[in-house]
Amino acid sequence: MALIDLARGMRGYPVRPPQSGMVRRRSLWSRIHLDPWLLLLLLMLLGAGLLVLYSASGQRIEVVIAQASRFGVALMALVVLAQLSPVTLLRWAPLAYGASLLMLVAVEVMGDMGMGAQRWLVIPGVVRFQPSELMKLAMPMMLAAYLSRRELPPRWRDLLVCAAVLALPVLLIARQPDLGTSLLVLCAAVFVVLLAGLSWRFIVFLCVVAAAALPLLWMNMHNYQRQRVLTFLNPESDPLGAGWNIIQSTTAIGSGGMFGKGWLQGTQSQLEFLPERHTDFIVAVLGEEFGLAGMLLFLALYLLIVCRGLWLANAAQDTFGRLLAGSIILTFFIYVFVNIGMVSGILPVVGVPLPLVSYGGTSSVTLMAGFGILMSIQAHRRLLPR
Amino acid sequence: MHNPRPALKNTQQEVRIFRIRSLLAFLIVMLLTSLLISRLVYLQVVRHEVYITRSEDNRVRVEPLPPTRGLIFDRNGQLLAENRPTYNLTLVRERVDDLEETLALLVDLLDLPEEEVEAFRQRSRQRQRPFQPALLMSDLSEEQIARLAVNRHRLPGVEVEAQLLRYYPDAEIMSHALGFVGRINAEELKELDVGNYAGTHFIGKTGVERFYEDELHGQAGLRKVETNARGRVLRELGRTDPVPGQDLTLTLDKDLQALGHQLLEGRRGSIVAIEPGSGEILAMVSSPGFDSNRFVTGIDSASYQALQEDIDLPLFNRAIRGQYPPGSTVKPFLALAGLAEGVITPEETIYDPGYYQLPNDSRRYRNWLRWGHGRVDLERALAVSNNTYFYTLAHDLGIDRLSERMHTFGFGERNAYDVFGESTALMPDRDWKRARFNQPWYPGETLSVGIGQGYWMVTPLQLATATSILANRGEWVKPRIAKRIGDQELAVDLPDTKEDIVLENDAWWDRVFSGMEKVISGSEGTARRTGVGLKYRMGGKSGTAQVFSLGQDQKYNAEELAERLRDHALFIAFAPIEDPQIAVAVIVENAGGGSTHAAHLARAMTDAWLLEPEENGRNVDALLEAED
Repeated sequence: MALIDLARGMRGYPVRPPQSGMVRRRSLWSRIHLDPWLLLLLLMLLGAGLLVLYSASGQRIEVVIAQASRFGVALMALVVLAQLSPVTLLRWAPLAYGASLLMLVAVEVMGDMGMGAQRWLVIPGVVRFQPSELMKLAMPMMLAAYLSRRELPPRWRDLLVCAAVLALPVLLIARQPDLGTSLLVLCAAVFVVLLAGLSWRFIVFLCVVAAAALPLLWMNMHNYQRQRVLTFLNPESDPLGAGWNIIQSTTAIGSGGMFGKGWLQGTQSQLEFLPERHTDFIVAVLGEEFGLAGMLLFLALYLLIVCRGLWLANAAQDTFGRLLAGSIILTFFIYVFVNIGMVSGILPVVGVPLPLVSYGGTSSVTLMAGFGILMSIQAHRRLLPR
Repeated sequence: MHNPRPALKNTQQEVRIFRIRSLLAFLIVMLLTSLLISRLVYLQVVRHEVYITRSEDNRVRVEPLPPTRGLIFDRNGQLLAENRPTYNLTLVRERVDDLEETLALLVDLLDLPEEEVEAFRQRSRQRQRPFQPALLMSDLSEEQIARLAVNRHRLPGVEVEAQLLRYYPDAEIMSHALGFVGRINAEELKELDVGNYAGTHFIGKTGVERFYEDELHGQAGLRKVETNARGRVLRELGRTDPVPGQDLTLTLDKDLQALGHQLLEGRRGSIVAIEPGSGEILAMVSSPGFDSNRFVTGIDSASYQALQEDIDLPLFNRAIRGQYPPGSTVKPFLALAGLAEGVITPEETIYDPGYYQLPNDSRRYRNWLRWGHGRVDLERALAVSNNTYFYTLAHDLGIDRLSERMHTFGFGERNAYDVFGESTALMPDRDWKRARFNQPWYPGETLSVGIGQGYWMVTPLQLATATSILANRGEWVKPRIAKRIGDQELAVDLPDTKEDIVLENDAWWDRVFSGMEKVISGSEGTARRTGVGLKYRMGGKSGTAQVFSLGQDQKYNAEELAERLRDHALFIAFAPIEDPQIAVAVIVENAGGGSTHAAHLARAMTDAWLLEPEENGRNVDALLEAED
């Protein structure tokens, strides 16, 4: 199988325990519960991302330093979470979910207004963060924990429970309003259920329901959200207003050509025609300055990370680990796809950053924490044959 | 600690399902990635050209560099129109934190009239390019600039911008002849070469400024600049310098023009002087004048309305558009027509009983002298301005020949080469009357035309032109107002010059000149008082144009008539007779008789032109006093 061949090609760590069943000498990596391949790929991505960020921030080194220090925190989160055993995670799943949900409610009730949307929770002088980010991890943990105790593939009753578990947080986040994050949380949840073996009949049924619900969704959207969809369908309708972002980002990417205009040489980005150039639209800077070649390189990096992630998920020994790892890595890909898709104009604009490249703290910490969980699932295998 | 697994759980099956599902997920990941890649290939390879163009358009802005308008000088190099740096108050909205607060502060600092602020508010509401300065006030005073400088730190986004503005140092004197520039209006914009005028705000509206617009304007340059998304200029990528407009040297003599203006001070009227040999217009005065500088910055509507509604019509260029009955000033030309057509000879005489009667008509057409001049020949007829002689002449010529001959002197036509807005006035004939009134031409009307009345209308410029052609002994030179464009002299022979007037006997010119000399220097001359102390030989002819028609046998009493119904005073003159250097036409509206109210003005002009200042004994004030 292609997947397995691919994974074997990059083998650097014995995936399967030796046949003898003896306790093998554990490598250094194993002892610190980290996956060197995944870590290497992530560090490459972070490094390349900082390079792009320097250009995208208008060559402000302080932005790069701030981002690098966030990456430091994110790496710490990765290392810490990698030390926790999946069993611990499984046990804490309901607590994490419950706490996240509680904080989402708190945001709903008393959250600080930031960036025009009610997303932030502030404990004055201590911490200021988005509970929705926490939910990105708590949600798949909760569902994976629940389904791991059930007989799979899930039955109707299990699905109803899952639906109940995912509905409230997703709605709360969507109400903030933060369509991007609620979409990602929903994806994380759906991936768990799909990987658990949701029947094909039900998948088709869900698709039909979703299609039917589209008009309903439209009716409940905020004006600016509707505007985004309309703009996506026809950006030229309002070139100086809502269409500006998409026109400028496709112009930036398109003008990059095969090999780009060169680092720091992108006119669209350096002259500020590109909006949100160092956050959600950073990929346009990449496309403009490094061209198709640069884009393919980044996509390859992302794909390798996704492949390694899927490989680790498959190597997990229990259902909880498998479902959680699979959901985390597929959600990561959704980030990449939605972000590049919206910036290049094939998806409507939703606020999804390019993972580990866009400027911004919380999401990179969450993402790296997710990778930490992935590594923990991989590294805490009981070294016994099945 | 391990989870107790439910007994029903089938680990093998779960792993199998997960394998299949994750493989499927991988395939979808690949599919979506290919979708992204194909989109990127489409943008970056297939449509690359489109987007690279679009991004260049974004970044590069072409800014026009307006050329500097050419200067205008008089024939002696005296400056008539220049470009003066002025200072405008502009405001960049993007850099102003609180517009209302800034405006309030400005109003306070500069004593801005409230209506200007209101106008600015309206202008600022219109959407324009970001970071483009909007004009708040033009032509700041030194004090205002100083006050702004002191308070600069309190006024971010407010700038004082230098701009070259047209300035006419002697606006009142030169206003009609020069014309003026003003802001380009929407109608003019449609006609303009948009590229060349992209950075230009002003265009010639009338006069020389209008006629020589192309030469004065020059060729716009441009510079390519790189701007950021907010329109701020970051650097210059390239430039083509503008070609400044050409300087223009006029034929006008500023001093003579000033004299003409002074002579007409407080009067309505016009003086036009031409150098006969060259056709150069030496002076072209229309009184009253106006301050053309006010039109450059944009005159406010109240002042404009006041000028428009002024009963003296200061905006009306009488020299080229004023239409006056020429009165007796046209008698020399009629005499020449009679000589050319063989209707009269210089020696032939008529008897003037004080009136003329058409055959079979009882109506008497009166001479101005009730009891008549008795025996009158050509020269005497001109000297005393005998009407009966010219009634006879006109009747014998008939309107057809008369009108045709007058056209050869330029009456009823536009004659000047480069005077904008010249009127043809009116040389009546049968066809015109038929078209205008649907009536035949009556013989009595020919008699009126014979003494320069009736339907006949001339402009001062036409009258001066005809006088200049007469002084030239019939040789046509087109009147012109430009002498040099840049370094290029205007040719003497201009296109569309009329055919010269040739008489059978060249000595006849001298007979007409002699008659005209007697007007001034003869013992019976109508303007003999004007000839006192004359230091050269001068020919002239007075004229009095009726504004108000008198009934048969009514006596004219100037005192009883309202000022505006009084006769116009006219006079034409040229000098010196043996080698004419200047031809003048003078019209003073509602002044009364031409011999007493216009002749001395013509004399003042010729004196000023022909005599050295120290010789020119009689100063203008003395002249004007002598009138009464």
